[in-house]
Amino acid sequence: MVRIRRFEEEAGKMMENGKIPGALHLYVGQEAIASGVMQHLSELDQITSTHRGHGHLIAKGGEFSRMFAELYGKATGYCRGKGGSMHISNMDLGMLGANGIVGGGPPIAMGAAFSNKFRKTKQVAVAFFGDGASNEGSFHEAANMAALFKLPCVFVCENNGYGEYTPQANHQAVVDVADRAAGYGMPGVVVDGMDVIAVYEAAEEAIKRARAGDGPTLLECKTYRFYDHVGVRGMGLTYRTDEELEEWKKRDAIKGFEERLLQIGTLTQKAIDAVYANTNAEIEEAIQFAEDSPFPHPDELLEDVYSVRSEV
Amino acid sequence: MSEAKEQKPRKLPYVAAITEGVRQVLIEQENAFVAGEDVGQAGSVFGYYQGLFDEFGKDRIIDTPISEKGIIGLGVGASATGCRPILDLMFMDFIGECMDEIANQMAKMRFMFGGAATLPVTVLTMAGAGINLAAQHSQSLEAWLAHLPGVKVVMPSNAYDAKGLIIAAARDDNPVFVVLNKMSLALQAEVPEEMYEVPIGKAEIVREGKDMTILAIGRMVHEALAAVEPLKELGVDAEVIDVRSIQPFDTDTAIESLRKTHRGLIVHEAVRFGGFGGEIAAQLQELAFDYLDAPIARVGAPFSPVPFSPALEKVYLPNAEAIVAEVRKTLGI
Repeated sequence: MVRIRRFEEEAGKMMENGKIPGALHLYVGQEAIASGVMQHLSELDQITSTHRGHGHLIAKGGEFSRMFAELYGKATGYCRGKGGSMHISNMDLGMLGANGIVGGGPPIAMGAAFSNKFRKTKQVAVAFFGDGASNEGSFHEAANMAALFKLPCVFVCENNGYGEYTPQANHQAVVDVADRAAGYGMPGVVVDGMDVIAVYEAAEEAIKRARAGDGPTLLECKTYRFYDHVGVRGMGLTYRTDEELEEWKKRDAIKGFEERLLQIGTLTQKAIDAVYANTNAEIEEAIQFAEDSPFPHPDELLEDVYSVRSEV
Repeated sequence: MSEAKEQKPRKLPYVAAITEGVRQVLIEQENAFVAGEDVGQAGSVFGYYQGLFDEFGKDRIIDTPISEKGIIGLGVGASATGCRPILDLMFMDFIGECMDEIANQMAKMRFMFGGAATLPVTVLTMAGAGINLAAQHSQSLEAWLAHLPGVKVVMPSNAYDAKGLIIAAARDDNPVFVVLNKMSLALQAEVPEEMYEVPIGKAEIVREGKDMTILAIGRMVHEALAAVEPLKELGVDAEVIDVRSIQPFDTDTAIESLRKTHRGLIVHEAVRFGGFGGEIAAQLQELAFDYLDAPIARVGAPFSPVPFSPALEKVYLPNAEAIVAEVRKTLGI
């Protein structure tokens, strides 16, 4: 969680001071979800992510250096500078992409889960998506098919209360997205997305169920993003209040988890400080790597549009 | 290969050539499967999966819900993770239901990931008018697909090409759309029993001529061939090229032909305005301007949805007469 938080804080600064081109959708506030779920997945398991995807890749094992390089648009980035923040991915880690299309991920995760079942592996595919995406038809079709085919798939809805700048109450009549699970014939679970242990436990059950061949689960994690839809302060649109933000910050998953660990004596403040120090050093190194890396050569533009055909 | 006995060339209808191509792919590729609406026991509404469900079972011939986003999404996710799906998009008109999964996911995933993802997925889909299915079951929307970097698009006009292009598509490591034609399902051609490929990106000269190159797409190849005799009576010896693959498009074969004939006409069933013929015409004038003795002509459907009434659909569809009329107009004869 700390690694995600610190990565995003630095990335946000760099976007706002113009070092990173384009748009970043940052995961600050929602870290408990990626962190809690990914504990149960190996590199062989697949995930699909969202436009807010850095946290998922970090939790899946992504290296800071190659991630920063991608955000910079450098040739050493995970996507050779062709994807950027919204398409960051790594097939070797089973990370089938952040996605610039809201609702783009669930059908792909369902397809990966189908493939896992077809190939008779024990892999599980997890689709991360938001409350906004739960209104897309693509989510509906993917959920229905995953349940129908009993696929090893988990749908993790990160309900942060806003579809971009529109509050949930203005974009769907249900309060709990998990209620929709009943319509697909799969279990729907609501969990506190600001509590990493709660996410961990709920995800464990859902992933176990998927791996055992008992089909998908819709796991809704109630959360909040501390930054704007895009960037840190974003465009300054008045769609939510500072009071609301401050209320949610009191429930910061990282702070809460640290306090809990200190209380029960699992960690000392010194150990916590060391986590931050190590993470900061790693980030510094990664940014240096990104800055030192070359941009893609113009000749690379037309590479990777097609695969060079191979004999089966 | 095992038997060397003399055999008469075998003829198959287009519909059976599709079945045979898919069947042989399923035998050859253990990670291939068919997924789509009514493909299972029903064998597809066009009948071209007949018998495959009984032979390969429900795990490889997969009935899906009527969920085109889901079908294409399934193919994207499955092909990126080790399968070689053959997807069935029952009518090409339904592409609107899944255009995001095609245009933003399937076509771009490899590029966006810097070449790390490979998507060996084939989509069979049925296009074309002529049997009174009206505006939402009759379109030829291949230009929508050809405009997307990352996918390939082929349009077999006959049974031989249908089988060979399906096999080539399934062996290709990219998303390939095989755009079939419903009026052609009964058309017979010689089709070898063994597996063979028709190369993607290669046009075929189906009739040699010296006065005018007719580049025909899909079923319009037959209309172009039907125009050959009347054109001959007008003193025009037409060369007919079956474009076969529109993405990639075989520019070389077209240019080579124009060097000989100095005149060109493109015919497709799709609406003429914004159709693929415009792209071909642009390429020809860019690359073969000096060879041209006449403007490049185009024949396509009028700027109208496909009508239902047989009386109107007949007027709507491009045919040999329209080709002849266009040639006369262009050449002033």
